This record gives sequence, structure tokens and C-alpha cells, in this order.
Amino acid sequence: MLNATANFFTRTGFTWFVPFIRLAQGEDPREQIKSILTQIGVPVVALVVFLMGWHFLASGVQTSLGAIPGPAQVWDEAMGLIDEHHAERQKEVEFYQRQEERNAKILERNPQAELKLRPYTGKPTYFDQIVTSLYTVFTGFALGTLVAVPLGILCGLSRIFQIAINPLIQIFRPVSPLAWLPIVTLVVSAVYVSTDPMFEKSFIVSAITVTLCSLWPTLINTAVGVASIDKDLINVSKVLRLSWWTKVTKIVLPSSLKLIFTGLRLSLGVGWMVLIAAEMLAQNPGLGKFVWDEFQNGSSHSLGRIMVAVFTIGFVGFVLDRIMHTLQLLVSFGETGQ
Amino acid sequence: MKHHTTSLPRATFSGRLRGVVVSTLIAFGAFAATAHGAPEDVEKPDLKFGFIKLTDMAPLAVAYEKHYFEDEGLYVTLEAQANWKVLLDRVISGELDGAHMLAGQPLGATIGYGTKADIITAFSMDLNGNGITVSNEVMEKLKKKLPLQADGKPVHPIKAEYLKAVVDDYKKEGKPFKMGMVFPVSTHNYELRYYLASGGLNPGYYAPKKGDTAGTINADVLLSVTPPPQMPATMEAGTIYGYCVGEPWNQQAVFKGIGAPIITDYEIEKNNPEKVFGVTKAWNDKYPNTHKAVIKALIRAAYWLDEQNDKNRKEAAKMISASNYVGADYKVIANSMTGTFEYEKGDVRKVPDFNVFFRYNATYPYYSDAIWYLTQMRRWGQIADYKPDSWYMDIAKKVYRPDIYAAAAKELIAEGKMKASDFPDFATETGFKPVQNDFIDGIPYDGTKPNAYIDSLKIGLKGKDEVK
Repeated sequence: MLNATANFFTRTGFTWFVPFIRLAQGEDPREQIKSILTQIGVPVVALVVFLMGWHFLASGVQTSLGAIPGPAQVWDEAMGLIDEHHAERQKEVEFYQRQEERNAKILERNPQAELKLRPYTGKPTYFDQIVTSLYTVFTGFALGTLVAVPLGILCGLSRIFQIAINPLIQIFRPVSPLAWLPIVTLVVSAVYVSTDPMFEKSFIVSAITVTLCSLWPTLINTAVGVASIDKDLINVSKVLRLSWWTKVTKIVLPSSLKLIFTGLRLSLGVGWMVLIAAEMLAQNPGLGKFVWDEFQNGSSHSLGRIMVAVFTIGFVGFVLDRIMHTLQLLVSFGETGQ
Repeated sequence: MKHHTTSLPRATFSGRLRGVVVSTLIAFGAFAATAHGAPEDVEKPDLKFGFIKLTDMAPLAVAYEKHYFEDEGLYVTLEAQANWKVLLDRVISGELDGAHMLAGQPLGATIGYGTKADIITAFSMDLNGNGITVSNEVMEKLKKKLPLQADGKPVHPIKAEYLKAVVDDYKKEGKPFKMGMVFPVSTHNYELRYYLASGGLNPGYYAPKKGDTAGTINADVLLSVTPPPQMPATMEAGTIYGYCVGEPWNQQAVFKGIGAPIITDYEIEKNNPEKVFGVTKAWNDKYPNTHKAVIKALIRAAYWLDEQNDKNRKEAAKMISASNYVGADYKVIANSMTGTFEYEKGDVRKVPDFNVFFRYNATYPYYSDAIWYLTQMRRWGQIADYKPDSWYMDIAKKVYRPDIYAAAAKELIAEGKMKASDFPDFATETGFKPVQNDFIDGIPYDGTKPNAYIDSLKIGLKGKDEVK
């Protein structure tokens, strides 16, 4: 049982849990404690040194919004954002109550009136912004994957196709989201015309920008993965006279999954990084807009709040990477130990 | 009763449901028409309005927070916009139902200066509220030329003649004097130009026929566009030496210690109209009851802001200092919202009418206000050639819609929410203010004679002049 847990933590990348489990099992206590000290003690000390350095250096820099906030102020701002979140939720409850009362009155006057409960119109809280950002990045990422994986497989299977598409990949891969955004904005405005749109234009603009910037690592890794499949496997498929579709689904995809996931992990990382810039410029709700709005507000809280956002962005990025890493390990079958 | 909620992120409501609601409204149209301004009259209850982070967006915030919108059956989302151009474009494209706009924007759009679109307004959001700020360096030079009070502080208002002396010094050093304003058709652009010209400084002409939209032809002072929230930072970086902008961005310069306001727009033109609430004409034609309901909520909000000698102003300042509205610190916003203005650190003076939201019929859309802005557009070449007086009247009547305002006000009076004495007498009101004599250069303005007024101004295009 304990071994299985240890195995799970190794797989998910939380290797620093493993010594604790070993210790609980009574497996060579001295070795485990030493391992705990290096794996946990060192990062903790580094973190403390970082916080101390930040604390002392921050007060030395005077900006037009006052001194750069230290760790304590940033913590306060984070707590403030949580309080605001609760206050907003309270307002939301009251909003629905008022609406129920109003609708009841309308029904009294006109019993046949068909009414609907309207969603809360208040501001999105910090947590809403995080959720929106995640939703946007995953939409962009999913679109990118849908384009990149099939293209990558074609590249890997056909040398001619690869040669044809290679220059395009090389040219578009390094383009910054800031360059894509104006083009995407104009194209979306021209093409996405609807009187009752499903999605906000700004949402589509940022999602597509994320797609354009993040699909390249997946494309390249998929192509490499497919191209480096064991020749024996391909030969087997020839002997068995598998159809093209069966070949792709039964042989090509499974054997290149590991590299595909390496690509996906890189893509998601790029996507998350690009998203913040895209949201800032497209004014799409989310963490990027939060940072931009705070910068525009220029209040004495703004810098602290922006720093909270910086840590949130970093932390969410880290969690996304861990999730992808775990998925990557899970699909690479017996290769975990390597 | 059907319950539908939508989840994040921002999916709007399905057309099918809206169809049901609309058809219900049509079916009960006869009933609804008799119910006076009942919430179920509203054609489009879900609305999104844009605003720019300035204190004069307050009527929108108040109408939301005090539930005046909800009282009219409106479910409004307020959304800050990046800049005036984005705001206008989004109103035109329909992403926004309406917005807090510069008084010149509906006029500029209608005559096709910049983006061409039929925008109308039935509600003027406030009077005054702007200031002209210069950097510390300019202020220091200015102080050497200024008459001082007994306590050593400069005499206000600081006349533009003194600024001219400073600008001339810069010119001698071969440095062009650069200032910022927020938008080519902004009230700030015209106020700054009016102020500079009153001191003999030419702010430069536009020549749209030749494709010149920079507005710096023959200029003594080079004006450029900077979005309001970036004004202090741009001045701090040295890109501009001063700017004309709404609050809180003048007081912000004082708090940050990077500059000093030299004059408020109240001292340039007493009670000048500042922002309006604009919608597209097509939107108004499609949703007339909705528009009227919005105006009703906004009138109540403006009334609340000025009620009983501004007693609610502190609460209002607190309200709009929230990060989703203006977001600047409360004390910065409160400074001007509560009738004082800080010219330099510690030099706080009373300017009780710095922000006017309701008194003096501030919310009424006067034709003469529209025509004043048109005369300034002509004066600086944005209107490239001579137009007869009747043209000015036609445009003003096309854009400013006191009829919608009056309909909304009358409903409020009928509902007992407001008194008839709170409004102009709608039966006799012509929409033209009496001749105004309160400009800084003393030139009188009669809104019924725009061309005569244009010709009476010293600097600027006159008669059939065109920029060569």
C-alpha cells in the first residue's frame, strides 16, 4: 500500500513526498531524514532568503505609486482580494433576492409574463478572473492541439509534406503574441459577426492568439515522434496490410504519444505565458486585464495587487506544468524509471 | 417563471430565450403601454455600458450601486474601456449598448470627423471637472513670471499670458513645447486650445482635407493624444510638459509630486458641458423604451450626487474608488469630488462647482452646448470649410435629443420620484442658453449665431478661411 503511494508520488512528480513515506515504513531512517533535509530544507531556506532580500530591497525603490510593496503588504493585498471576493458574493445573493422580488411584482401585474432569472451583473472577483483565464487558455490550447497533432502526424509520415510545411513552421514559430493580436482582432471583427454572439469577441481574440502562439511545440514534437517510430512497427503494419486509419490509430499514435505530450506540455506553458499579454491587449476579462486595470488605477494598492497577480500567474503556470508532466508520465507506459 | 443562469465566462443569453421574452412583450403590448414606464416595457433588459476611468463616470456607478437601473428593469454591466477610440468603436459595433462619452464624440462621429457613425445623446453627464497640469519644471519657470498673493502662493486663475512667456523661453532654446490631451474631439482638446489661444498661443490647426489629423499646423504648442490614466506617467517620462485631463489625473500629479495644475476648466469656461451618455441612433430607434429607462436611472443618479448640497459626495467618492470603477485612491478622488482642488501640495482652494452633476440643469442636453463644440471644431480646422448657421442647428438637433430627456423626466415626475421644479420648464425650453459671458477671455457666446461667434474669436479660422 505504502509502496503504491510512493509510486504515485514519484509518477506525479511530487518526489519530495517519497522520503516521508519511506520513513513511515521504517526504511533506513537516517537516509530518509537526510533526503528530507535536502529536498525540503534547502528550498525553504532559499525561499526565506528570497523573502528577506525582497523585504529589504523593496522599500528602497520609490515609484510614483509609493515604495515597492514587500512580502507583508503583498500578503495583505491578497487577503484584501479574498475579502472583496466574499463581499461580492454577498452582493450577488442580494442581487438575486431583489430580482426575485421584482419578478414577483411583475407576475402580480401580469401573470402570463415569462421571466428569466438574469445572471449577476457585478464585477468579476479575482477568483472569477483566474477561472476565466484558465478557460481561455484551455480553449486556445485545445484549438491548437486539434490543429497541431494531425498536422504533426502528416509531417512525420510524409517527408514531402514535412519539407513543404517546414519553412512556414520556422517563420511563424517565433512570432510574438503582440504581433498576432492586431491581425487576429481585425480578422475576428470582420468574420465573427452575429447579433447574439455566443462568445465575447475579446474572448475569441485572446483564445485564437493563444492558439497561434502555442501550437508550434506540439506540431514539431508530434512530427519528430511520428518520424522516429521503430521501422519494425511500420513494417508490421505493411505486412498486416493495415488501412491507413488503423495504422495511425493503432501504431503511429500510441508509439509517439510520449513526444506528443512533451509537445503539449511545452505548448500549454507557452499558451499560459502568451495569454496574459493577449488579455491585456484584447481587454478580455482575466488575469491579464486585472493587471492592466490595476496599472491604470494607479492607487496605493495597485502595485501590491499586481504582485499578487504575478505570484498567481506563476503558481497556476507551475500547477499546469505539473499536471501535464504527470499526464506525460502516465502515457509513457513502462518508461517511468528512465 | 423560468430560471436560467449562465456560467462563466461571459456567455450571453440564448437568442431563443430572448425571442420568447420579446414575443411575450409584444403579446402584452397593449397592457404594457398603459402601465406607465413599467419594467416589462423595456425591450432589452441586459445591457452593457462602457466607461473610462474618470470621476465623471460617477452617474453610471451610482445608478448601478443604488439600484436605479434595476428599478427600471435594467440589468446593466459596467465595463471600463482602454481608451476613447476603443470605447466609441465598441459602441458602434454593438459590443456596448451605450457609453460615457466625451461631449465632442457624438458630434464628431455624426459629422464624420474620425469614425463616421450616427451617435446621439439625450443626457449630459456633468459640467466642468477638468484641469490643466504642468510639470514641476514648467511650474518653477512659470512662478518666476507670476503675480503672487500675500502668502506667496500664485494668484489663480493663472492666465495663459504667463504660460506664453514660458513657452517663448522654450522656443528660444529650440525646444518645442509639448502638451497632452485625451482625444482629438475631446472637451479637453478644445478647452486646452481655448486657454492657450486666450494667451496668444496658437495650438495649431487640423487639415482633414489634406489628411492632416495631427492638428499641429502653425502650432506654438504641440498637442498630442494620451489616454487619461497614462497622463501622469507620460509627463513624468518627459514626453509632454503638461496636459489637460479630467479628474483624478490632475490631483494624481499633485499627490505623486510630479506636477501642478495651473487652472481648472471652470475658470476657462464657467459650467462647461463635459461628458454625455451616448448611444447609436440605430440602437435608440430599436430600443426606445430601454433608452428612456436608462435616462431615467441616470437622472436619478445625477440628482443623488448633487442632492442637499453635495452631501452624498463622500459616499460617491468611496464608491468609485473601487478597483472596478475609477480605482484611484479615495483621498485623491475625494479631493475634487467634495468641492476642493489642490493646486500644489498644501495649496487647497475651494472650487465648489468643480464637479457638477445635476444643478444648473447639468443633465439637460442643450443645443447651444453642442453648437459651442461645433464652433471649436470649425475654429481649429476639424470642420475644414465654412458652414451656414443652419448647418450648426441641424447637426445639434440631430445629435442632442432633449425630447428623450423630457420624456424620461416627465415619467419620473409622474412616478413622484422627482419634482417638476428639478427640471427646466419643458413647455418653454428652447435648448439655447442665454448669451454666455463667462469665458476666460471675456468673449460672449450666443449659440444661435455660431458664425458670428467664430468670427469674434482672435486666433482661429474665420468665415471662409481654409488651412493652406
